[in-house]
Amino acid sequence: MKNITVTVLIDTLIDITLLAFLAITAIAIIRMRNLFVIIMLFSIFSLHTAGLFVVMDAADVAFTEAAVGAGISTVLMLATLALTKNHEEKRPAHHARLPLLVVLITGGALVYGTYDIPSFGDPISPAQQHVKPRYIEHSLEETGVANTVTAVLASYRGYDTLGEVTVIFTTGIGVILLIGGRLLRRNKQEDD
Amino acid sequence: MKHNLILRVIAKYLFPVIALFAFYVQFHGDYGPGGGFQAGVILSVAFILYTLVFGLETAEQILPPHVLRILACTGVLIYAGTGVATMLMGGNFLDYNFLSLNPVEGQHIGIMLIELGVGITVSAIMLMIFFAFTGRERS
Repeated sequence: MKNITVTVLIDTLIDITLLAFLAITAIAIIRMRNLFVIIMLFSIFSLHTAGLFVVMDAADVAFTEAAVGAGISTVLMLATLALTKNHEEKRPAHHARLPLLVVLITGGALVYGTYDIPSFGDPISPAQQHVKPRYIEHSLEETGVANTVTAVLASYRGYDTLGEVTVIFTTGIGVILLIGGRLLRRNKQEDD
Repeated sequence: MKHNLILRVIAKYLFPVIALFAFYVQFHGDYGPGGGFQAGVILSVAFILYTLVFGLETAEQILPPHVLRILACTGVLIYAGTGVATMLMGGNFLDYNFLSLNPVEGQHIGIMLIELGVGITVSAIMLMIFFAFTGRERS
């Protein structure tokens, strides 16, 4: 019993530290003007988020966040930055009072809304009651896959994952149509 | 970065390590965290590191753009083809139970095939996008 209390305490401490780092990184991103620094801070932001997912025992999501959020999207943003300017234009002159008001009201409403959300890991919350018990109890005997997340993604929700792959495929085609094709045409003109 | 010896040597040694980790994530996704999506991203990172150090021309000699395009299509086709195969074998679309006489074994084959499809498509698309961005610097 005592060990569980210590674990919960450590979890809370890590949560507070990571969330504090998240807030600091977010404020730093807003205040910075150098786009290179901002991209690096985005990467750090994603890494902290991945850490938070690990604390919540969502190892698969954390893995994706670290690989995609902190890794590949940083590389892609840096590649974009290489084509544009390194610095943002000078600070806007007008005061952002109205946007600040909107953000505060929306944020307040969202915080108010969290009071109705069941607490984290609550066993009687609707999310834990619907199909989840079936997945946990039967996924191993039905699919032979030890990782329930993989069983759900690949087998029970295979159709959704097919949609996701199609989305990524379409994105790639879109990027090639927008910037890849033009390069080919230009090279061809140079050859002529 | 063509003249930086340390970077070139380190990148050459890191490439197989990253690629091996990608394959581990791909085929160990049934037991641990990970799967085709993460593995595809990690594998593309290995090639991106190679491109950053050795230049786009060298990288495109290994992976020409038309090969990447074929790979990207192959992944989606493997995934959808698995679904069509299960339909031909008498089940519903993506019902892997029909891939083998033993339903659990069929599930295993199906999940491995579709994860492979996801991995191939994701790594090819990520590399295509990266090459498209870096390729514009030349013009």
